[in-house]
Amino acid sequence: MLTFRRYSGSGLRHLLIIAIGLAMLYPVLWLLASSFKPNQDIFTDTGLWPSTWTLDNYRNGWRGFQGITFARFFGNSALVSVLAVLGNIITCSFAAYAFARLEFRFKKIWFAMMLVTIMLPYHVTLVPQYIIFSELHWINTYLPLFLPKWLAHDSFFILLMVQFIRGIPKELDESATIDGCSQQKLYFRIIMPLLLPALITTAIFTFIWTWDDFFSQMIYLSDIKLFTVQLGIRALFDPSGTSDWGALMAISVLSLIPITLIFLVFQRYFLDGIATTGLK
Amino acid sequence: MRTARRQRLYPHNRTAYLFLLPWLIGLFCLTLGPMLGSLYLSLTKYNLLSAPEWIGFANFKTIFTDDSTFTGSLKLTFKYVILSVPLRLIFALFVAMALNKGIKALGIYRTVYYIPSLLGGSVAISIVWRQIFDTDGLINGFLGWFGIHGPAWIAHPDYLIYPIVSLSIWQFGSAMVIFLAGLKQIPADLYEASQVDGAGKVRQFFKISLPMLTPVIFFNLIMSIINSFQAFTPAYVIGDGHGGPLDASMFYTLYLYLKGFSYFDMGYASALAWIMLVIIAVFTGIIFATSRFWVFYGDGKEGR
Repeated sequence: MLTFRRYSGSGLRHLLIIAIGLAMLYPVLWLLASSFKPNQDIFTDTGLWPSTWTLDNYRNGWRGFQGITFARFFGNSALVSVLAVLGNIITCSFAAYAFARLEFRFKKIWFAMMLVTIMLPYHVTLVPQYIIFSELHWINTYLPLFLPKWLAHDSFFILLMVQFIRGIPKELDESATIDGCSQQKLYFRIIMPLLLPALITTAIFTFIWTWDDFFSQMIYLSDIKLFTVQLGIRALFDPSGTSDWGALMAISVLSLIPITLIFLVFQRYFLDGIATTGLK
Repeated sequence: MRTARRQRLYPHNRTAYLFLLPWLIGLFCLTLGPMLGSLYLSLTKYNLLSAPEWIGFANFKTIFTDDSTFTGSLKLTFKYVILSVPLRLIFALFVAMALNKGIKALGIYRTVYYIPSLLGGSVAISIVWRQIFDTDGLINGFLGWFGIHGPAWIAHPDYLIYPIVSLSIWQFGSAMVIFLAGLKQIPADLYEASQVDGAGKVRQFFKISLPMLTPVIFFNLIMSIINSFQAFTPAYVIGDGHGGPLDASMFYTLYLYLKGFSYFDMGYASALAWIMLVIIAVFTGIIFATSRFWVFYGDGKEGR
């Protein structure tokens, strides 16, 4: 009796978890299915399995608009995201190393400022930043989108790496210092290799957030040749209802593939990274 | 002698500042400088083309006395925060509890539940959401099975907020991952001891799990509120991009964006940004101030 109750309890829980999981995935599966349906079927054939399969949507969508294909938009998004990733992992880890391991004047003040900037809404600095970038004639370039990452602007990642470095045994540093290792060498030879999981977490987050960052891309880019995937999708989409839905769905699916793949490959680092930043 | 003392206290001063250099440049050029700039601009009329014209507190006066769009967008944003943040966190905690014990293939579930948080920020998903909630979309089709005639979620100003809220709740995965990690930190012997004392599941939840999770709840709450106040893409894409229909998608950030980048009223947009900063600061301040009454740190130290 007791075992039966325990068994049925966990069975119910399993069913519930699977049901919620399916409900969660449903919109994504619906998007995927719709991308293979002929346009007239998308809103009439509500089943997840297309009754007629077609690849036309992908062909039509990929063609893009005004003579520019989505190959260009994907390339642009990839370029911006990779530059952002490199900037974040290099400069944030530099700052994190200084905060976690080095002694210097005003350290407490700088550290407190770093913490405060994590909670600062983007919008407070938005207008002056835009004006600065516009004065520098950087509108319609990618500089406003990736340059801040090369200045360790995402303090969130500095904090993530500070926490991580604090977990690396200090004895390693000490013995290396005794062996005559300079502070710079210490970072590159010892800390950086051990920091790899945190660097990967930062890289994945940065890639996904930059890839999806519709707001900045919309503000800084108006030249179609420079459009990113997000801007391309938004341009294909006409809220008044005359969009080529099939093409839109197909491109939407493609736009989600890079971030999904990266997530699936690195999910362990990623999910553990979220868990640890949330904890301490 | 003074330099010697300094040398002893701060042995790595020069190296440290070298490592901090990019961040310091960013702090001054991208954060502190622009903050001062935005404070100044909020007291001016500025359209990017001619020089800023000093008008004192006129922007703020207009905002608070004569701008019904501001009042509406603030109300709408509050409504969004109040509806979406607690529901998302409760849901996240609920699923984390269900996943916490004795589930095989936990990794797969954790991944599946996280996928919405991963994809939810993109324009693509906002468009999907718009279609799902369309008059003849999936949601109304589903309600139809139960004989319920669903409303025009997207077209009707009274209902537009619900698709946007539901998109936010759908992304409960990141909060759930943090809750799950928090639950794993609770020592099992606490539960065993309370079981010996005859405590039931409900009692265990309120007397052990919930108090032990308060630091994580605190973190999730602050992060969710800050993020929710800044929601933009869903409001822009699920709405019509101009705040319509009838300002039903005029979230605070969308209003700020339209003022600054459609009407080029940069001074007004800056004033709106500062009001937003103050509101967020007040909210987080309240949560921090009350945290010592409800956040429990397991090591015996109440508060920090």
